[in-house]
Amino acid sequence: MSAIILFLAVIAVIVGWWLSQQRLTAKPWLEEGPIGDFDGTGAMTWPAAKVGLGVFLAVAGSLFTLFISAYSMRMTVVDWRALPVPKVLWFNTGVLVLSSAALQWAYVAARRSDIDGVIVGLLAGGASAITFLAGQLLAWQQLGAAGYFMASNPANSFFYMITAVHGLHLTGGLVALGRTTARAWRNNAATAELRLSVELCTIYWHFLLLVWLVLLGLLTGWTDDFVDICRQLLR
Amino acid sequence: MVDIPYDRTTDIPPAEVPDVELYHPKSWWTHYVFSQDAKIIAIQYSLTASAIGLVALVLSWLMRLQLGFPGTFSFIDANQYLQFITMHGMIMVIYLLTALFLGGFGNYLIPLMVGARDMVFPYVNMLSYWVYLLAVLVLASTFFVPGGPTGAGWTLYPPQAILSGTPGQDWGIVLMLASLILFIIGFTMGGLNYVVTVLQARTRGMTLMRLPLTVWGIFTATIMALLAFPALFVGSVMLLLDRLLGTSFFMPSLVEMGQLSKYGGGSPLLFQHLFWFFGHPEVYIVALPAFGIVSDLISTHARKNIFGYRMMVWAIVAIGALSFVVWAHHMYVSGMYPYFGYFFATTTLIIAIPTAIKVYNWVLTLWRGDIHLTVPMLFALGFIITFVNGGLTGLFLGNVVVDVPLSDTMFVVAHFHMVMGVAPIMVVLGAIYHWYPKVTGRMLNSLLGKFHFWVTFLGAYLIFFPMHYLGLLGVPRRYFELGDTAFIPSSAHSLNAFITVVALTVGFAQMVFLFNLVWSLFEGEPSGGNPWRATSLEWQTPETPPGHGNWGKELPIVYRWAYDYSVPGAAEDFIPQNQPPTTRAVQGAAS
Repeated sequence: MSAIILFLAVIAVIVGWWLSQQRLTAKPWLEEGPIGDFDGTGAMTWPAAKVGLGVFLAVAGSLFTLFISAYSMRMTVVDWRALPVPKVLWFNTGVLVLSSAALQWAYVAARRSDIDGVIVGLLAGGASAITFLAGQLLAWQQLGAAGYFMASNPANSFFYMITAVHGLHLTGGLVALGRTTARAWRNNAATAELRLSVELCTIYWHFLLLVWLVLLGLLTGWTDDFVDICRQLLR
Repeated sequence: MVDIPYDRTTDIPPAEVPDVELYHPKSWWTHYVFSQDAKIIAIQYSLTASAIGLVALVLSWLMRLQLGFPGTFSFIDANQYLQFITMHGMIMVIYLLTALFLGGFGNYLIPLMVGARDMVFPYVNMLSYWVYLLAVLVLASTFFVPGGPTGAGWTLYPPQAILSGTPGQDWGIVLMLASLILFIIGFTMGGLNYVVTVLQARTRGMTLMRLPLTVWGIFTATIMALLAFPALFVGSVMLLLDRLLGTSFFMPSLVEMGQLSKYGGGSPLLFQHLFWFFGHPEVYIVALPAFGIVSDLISTHARKNIFGYRMMVWAIVAIGALSFVVWAHHMYVSGMYPYFGYFFATTTLIIAIPTAIKVYNWVLTLWRGDIHLTVPMLFALGFIITFVNGGLTGLFLGNVVVDVPLSDTMFVVAHFHMVMGVAPIMVVLGAIYHWYPKVTGRMLNSLLGKFHFWVTFLGAYLIFFPMHYLGLLGVPRRYFELGDTAFIPSSAHSLNAFITVVALTVGFAQMVFLFNLVWSLFEGEPSGGNPWRATSLEWQTPETPPGHGNWGKELPIVYRWAYDYSVPGAAEDFIPQNQPPTTRAVQGAAS
């Protein structure tokens, strides 16, 4: 459970920092009057949707971290047999990086009000994300063909389950991306609303890329040493 | 101190909050059924939660009938008994209390109390309810599937939860896990709304330190739930895969019905860690909204500002943070690494400190207050006493050496029913009596209310105090019948029969409450907009019940905190949050 404790510690630092900006030491019973009279009570200027996405990423982060916690606890049992990493995963990782880069490009284009750039970026990002998902399915198929079934070993079970959860999150993102692309196509103008949508998609894509890189490190065993250290801290 | 007249026109306008673009319903269906109005969603949540809660109440009667009069009722067998306790626990904790506090009270009160028109993502909010309803329906359907609901106990511990021999092994457990997964998805949608609405949609002047404690409690509980429910989600998904696809996340190799099962190597302890990593924060997810609501009830009905507002806020935040590092105190007898116990016993005792601060502050708020013994106040007082009782036995169970002999006895049942069953329900009931006039425009009948309170309050003590004693005798929980056991005296059986009679009586009182809810809807005394003469914003709406968009044309502006009761020199004994100051102390002279 050390992974999730670490994750929550990070969240706690963020929340603590935010709370420290909120004048929690104010004495509200003495502070009568309009808000302009008191220092440091400014409201957040971010759009609600962006804050909402931030909160959702904390939830999704917690979910993935808990899977990692469970993984690191379960892998210590003697029946654990690491499974070979299908080569296609490296291709998939590259495609996901491309997907993230394409969305970043769309975001930059949106800030420059370059609507064609936005549409190209969104389409390229979406297409490479779909390629990634197809590649993940191919990896499953290859593992299955080689006899690594879901239930034959816990390492396999975790591989299938975690990649599936990550894939589902990406699929959900594709829905939002599709709607954004459709809107960009229809309106053909880089409105503030579209800029925000593109930005949110980009943030979500970067988050899923980060999650995937961490998961890849875990599933390929690169991070085993690190996991061992964490396990020593809190068994 | 020099007072100068307050002039609204020359003042700097407070920081602007953009008005929310409202969705306007076009038909009866989108107005009352697929509504995106948080108030309608709140009522939908509350009714659904209460309906499934009634099922759980009936299950508790059936359990008590069996325990009080074993062998008398042929329609209850051992399997059914296990199914009843499982469903009773799961429904009460998750589908009733969590849904009611966050989905019900959260939806109704957050937008009104922070001065918003609605939640920030109304469409997602509506989806949240419908997914929750689906989760409830899936759960309820397990009563009708072959094999019935699961009888694994509300903690659903593997390996027994998915092995043959446990009732509901075919369908019950699968649907239960599916229902939990749905619930968590639905809750996440709602939770995003509650958090972001508090963060982003507060009206002008509503700083965090001017929020009523109800909002603080629900806000913090929602953040905790958003971070803790994924643990249950992960546990449920993995258990579902163990059950359906034969993986071995949690399942060790074992002999099932005389045959070596297909499982091997899994760790049941891992499930317990995941379950309680959710399960302990869950206690505070239910408790924090209750803490917040009860603070407001006490302050309003004692006509006195809440004592130590800042401490109350800090304590809520501290409890929220600490509740994530106490989970393994539910696992002292699980066979986990023994030194863990020291750590978790210590954190458990530490979390008692902010909790005790809250209790002191409630008592000090009452001290020399102008206490009106209204029905909400009675329930609030009942809560404080019950929570202290349940909290004290929590200190017993938080210590490893005391917990080990008491584990799996009726003492534990009595403890958690007091602290997270009766106590939060007291707040729920008090809150319903308090806010019913805002929701319907009519008062609940207070004579029936007082009858309801006294029977419930005294009854709860007659049920659960003797249960502590049964636990100390060593009477185990989850047993279908005790049979002839040397260490259990016959008086324990008479006590069990007594508890059953009281439980049925308390159940009857809840029917009186239901009658009151329905009767008052039509025949109750009209309440006006602010019957309790309260300060917080939800009582200052132009219409009662508040219309779509809550505030008419203009959002309210907040000038003060939510607890200006009995202010010396004020014309009335309460000053609403949106009332501008009439005179104003010159800066520096006041303090």
